[in-house]
Amino acid sequence: MSNILDIKNWYIKSFESFESSLNGESSKPFHQIRKEAMEKFSQLNFPTTHDEDWRFTNIAPLLKYNFEPAAMAELKTQQTKNFLFENLKGNTLIFVNGFFIPKLSHVKKSNDGIIVCSLANQLKNGSPVISQHLGKYANHREQIFTALSTAFTRDGAFIYVPDNKILEEPVQILFITTTSNKNILSQPRNLYVTGTNSQVSIIERYLSLDDGVYFTNVVTEIYAGENSIINHIKLQEENLKAFHISRTEVDQEKGSNFTSYSISLGGEIARHDINARFNDEGSECNLNGLFLLTGNQLFDTHSLIDHAKPNCSSHEKYKGILDDTSHGVFNGKVIVRRDAQKTNAFQENKNIILSNGALINTKPQLEIFADDVKCSHGATIGQLDEDAMFYLKSRGIGEEKAKAILIHAFASDVVRTIKIEEVKKYLEEVLEKRFNK
Amino acid sequence: MLEIKNLHANVGGKEILKGIDLTVNTGEVHAIMGPNGSGKSTLAQVLAGRKEYEVTKGEVIFNGKNLLELSPEDRAREGIFLAFQYPVEIPGVSNVNLLKTAINEIRKYNSEEELDAMEFMTLLKKKMKLVEMDQSLLSRSVNDGFSGGEKKRNEILQMAVLEPKLSILDETDSGLDIDALRIVANGVNKLKSPDRSTIVVTHYQRLLNYIVPDYVHVLYNGKIVKSGTKELALELEAKGYDWLKEQKEFA
Ligand SMILES: Nc1ncnc2c1ncn2[C@@H]1O[C@H](COP(=O)(O)OP(=O)(O)OP(=O)(O)O)[C@@H](O)[C@H]1O
Ligand SMILES: [Mg+2]
Repeated sequence: MSNILDIKNWYIKSFESFESSLNGESSKPFHQIRKEAMEKFSQLNFPTTHDEDWRFTNIAPLLKYNFEPAAMAELKTQQTKNFLFENLKGNTLIFVNGFFIPKLSHVKKSNDGIIVCSLANQLKNGSPVISQHLGKYANHREQIFTALSTAFTRDGAFIYVPDNKILEEPVQILFITTTSNKNILSQPRNLYVTGTNSQVSIIERYLSLDDGVYFTNVVTEIYAGENSIINHIKLQEENLKAFHISRTEVDQEKGSNFTSYSISLGGEIARHDINARFNDEGSECNLNGLFLLTGNQLFDTHSLIDHAKPNCSSHEKYKGILDDTSHGVFNGKVIVRRDAQKTNAFQENKNIILSNGALINTKPQLEIFADDVKCSHGATIGQLDEDAMFYLKSRGIGEEKAKAILIHAFASDVVRTIKIEEVKKYLEEVLEKRFNK
Repeated sequence: MLEIKNLHANVGGKEILKGIDLTVNTGEVHAIMGPNGSGKSTLAQVLAGRKEYEVTKGEVIFNGKNLLELSPEDRAREGIFLAFQYPVEIPGVSNVNLLKTAINEIRKYNSEEELDAMEFMTLLKKKMKLVEMDQSLLSRSVNDGFSGGEKKRNEILQMAVLEPKLSILDETDSGLDIDALRIVANGVNKLKSPDRSTIVVTHYQRLLNYIVPDYVHVLYNGKIVKSGTKELALELEAKGYDWLKEQKEFA
């Protein structure tokens, strides 16, 4: 089936059976939001390359499939163990096809008000955090994939850290898809909320146990309370046939600090939209990204930092390495609103093209309405530095090895600032394996 | 060791080397002097194998091998080392890593055992003393943010570690203060041995007070127009190059 109208109807139909499977939950207030989102979904169109925001990202291949909302699936601990960083002793949440699997997860009892659990659990309990935050930052009225996510919201990761609490060990969250020959749609919906003076680190990993075609549509909403610190690492390691559309929405209160690493390795077509808003002064937002593309992969990053208030700083560093006939897109928008004086906004996107067939479209977009600001941006696309190559060779290092060294250096510029040693080490290994043939 | 015969080379379509003849025997130190733009660095880069420099005529034999047929990395593995006039900065690649990879690639090529981490560090420490280099520069990225003098000293450290048969020092002395000059020269001298040769490209006699050359050549407009012993350098210091230019025009 390739008719887009049919595809939309397919999802609308799926919603009916989804609703009936919700049982008692459809009487909860959040269900009104689901229904509204479904309504919007039916009105919105899937983006085409005529839409400015999707100009270079053609999702037609994704619309060829009737993805079925995933059913719960079982996995053994052995199958998931290898994907956890074993030296990290914090909470682990494991999702299979978007559903939380308590048996595979490990959540520590806590009596200090910190909550690490599934979103389903919080939806069922009618948590006040849900009614206050869920669906408030990701806009389901304009973005069709967000509408789809909101309409089908059922499960995902939920983290709440109350005022003055610090969650020392990073929370590890695995999103595993297992297709068993079905084209599955998995839609985890995550919500992370921190109170005043609190702190948390979160690692999300998206991967698959097989090589079937599936679609992950994930929306993550993050609310950073006053003076809180949030570190967020997203490792997108889906299989090479997967579609991965994700949106991260961050709302930052006064003096908060949000740092994100978005590492993209998998997917046939993958996209990450990450948006941060400063609601108040003195906040900081650091967005980092690294994408390694091979074959026919397409990866698109769209970031938006909204400097709505004065005295905030943002720092973006995105790096891409593109091989074969892969295609990368980077669009980094920064808005500095009229009263956002003393804004610091720095953006950098550097790309290395390793083959003639690879392509990158990069576009910084600065919209500055305040006058006392420091903003800079730079985008580069290039091959490996010839002078550096010659220098290494002149020291006896062969072509392949010299290349590997330079690519590694380029990529580790992003990796080396990751604070969680385990993750850093893992990514160094990934780079080593990929480029030190 | 090195035999250059009637070497011509172009860069960007323009002929820069116009027939160089030069023989460097084992154990000798040769100095090459000459005005700016005369082709000294071009010669050095051609010997190191930079592909932007196109050899149009002539030959270069290095220890019996046709050097021009070898890739830059194989030239290095055969024992050629170029200390660059302008060393490249390579952010993200640590100095130690570069050295360790380089030495082991060279050893592998020459069918020698690779050094393990311990052996390498022992060697490195010894060589660092030789060039009085600060430990902190080791873990930093190659030449990244190094001062001019530090870069030059780093080149000499690399040379000391790799122990090449033929070292070509392209203005390693420029930008060095008096102390650094002495240290660098000292490093070069300590590495001197009857089975190693050195070509020093320089503008200044002062380096040649430390590294005493067996021969001095003047490169002018892509050709060696005069060769002599170390006294020639003193004469150049006193008289400049003009008298040579005139001589040549009369010739
Ligand atoms: N890549 C290049 N493209 C074009 N011209 C070049 C290139 N490299 C060198 N040249 C030219 O070749 C000539 C010789 O340059 P070279 O660097 O060899 O001189 P040099 O003798 O080392 O001078 P200096 O004493 O200033 O270092 C110069 O005229 C220079 O402009
Ligand atoms: Mg020169």
